[in-house]
Amino acid sequence: MKDTSMRTPLRRVRGLGAGHSGTHHFWHQRITSVAGIPLCIAAIVIVIGLLGRSHAAVVQILGSPIVAIIMLLFIINIVYHMWIGMQEIIVDYVHEDKLKFATLMGNTFFCFAIAFASAFAILKLSFGV
Amino acid sequence: MAEFQAGSATGPRRSRPLSPHIQVYRLMLSYVMSGFHRISGFVLYFGMLLIAWWLIAAASGPNAYGYFEWFMGSLIGRLVLLGYTWALLHHMLGGIRHLIWDLGYGFEPAEREFLALATIVGSITLTLVVWVIGYLAMGGPR
Repeated sequence: MKDTSMRTPLRRVRGLGAGHSGTHHFWHQRITSVAGIPLCIAAIVIVIGLLGRSHAAVVQILGSPIVAIIMLLFIINIVYHMWIGMQEIIVDYVHEDKLKFATLMGNTFFCFAIAFASAFAILKLSFGV
Repeated sequence: MAEFQAGSATGPRRSRPLSPHIQVYRLMLSYVMSGFHRISGFVLYFGMLLIAWWLIAAASGPNAYGYFEWFMGSLIGRLVLLGYTWALLHHMLGGIRHLIWDLGYGFEPAEREFLALATIVGSITLTLVVWVIGYLAMGGPR
């Protein structure tokens, strides 16, 4: 077959087209969903364990290394999962370009804000001050 | 050439397969659960604000944490938390259903319907179990 394409051989062999990416979001959504199962169960157990406790006790427990590490993993995993998930919902339903890019950008801002704020709070509970 | 004439205005029309149309499509549980999965994910997205508020309040001090506790202890707060618990457990079970499909199992009609039913029955049951354990952990309803 005569090659009339403007695409370079490398572009063609990657087979990714104009999207410049393949199925990595699909795969990352699967990774974070599998990791999310034990992390959500652990988070539920932690929340139940903290119900009705005083602020001082909550600070001590949330700041202890194992609980803090689990909560950090929970936050990072869930936020990445919901970042991809909301992007999928937006590109499915929002078709007008300006609104689409605005909501996609808003999605990124929201997810980063939630992740950093929550992670900062956990680290502050762990390291004190 | 017959292929080209089939779809033209003058040629004989062939009946072509149509994609499922939502208004005439028989409502099936698996389809409803698919919608629930997306909606629960959407709700959980904003529910993360509660988790962030909880952690920031705990890190801020007794006053901020007291305000958070007051809200979560109110009727509205408890309803929000009940909805959040159900959305989380439903999304988790729905996700497990998707992982089962990803592995190539559960595609037979009866299996699909069973998985859909297991998702909704399981999520409601687990929500009740978690709340009963939660109230027991607090030493009874208050």
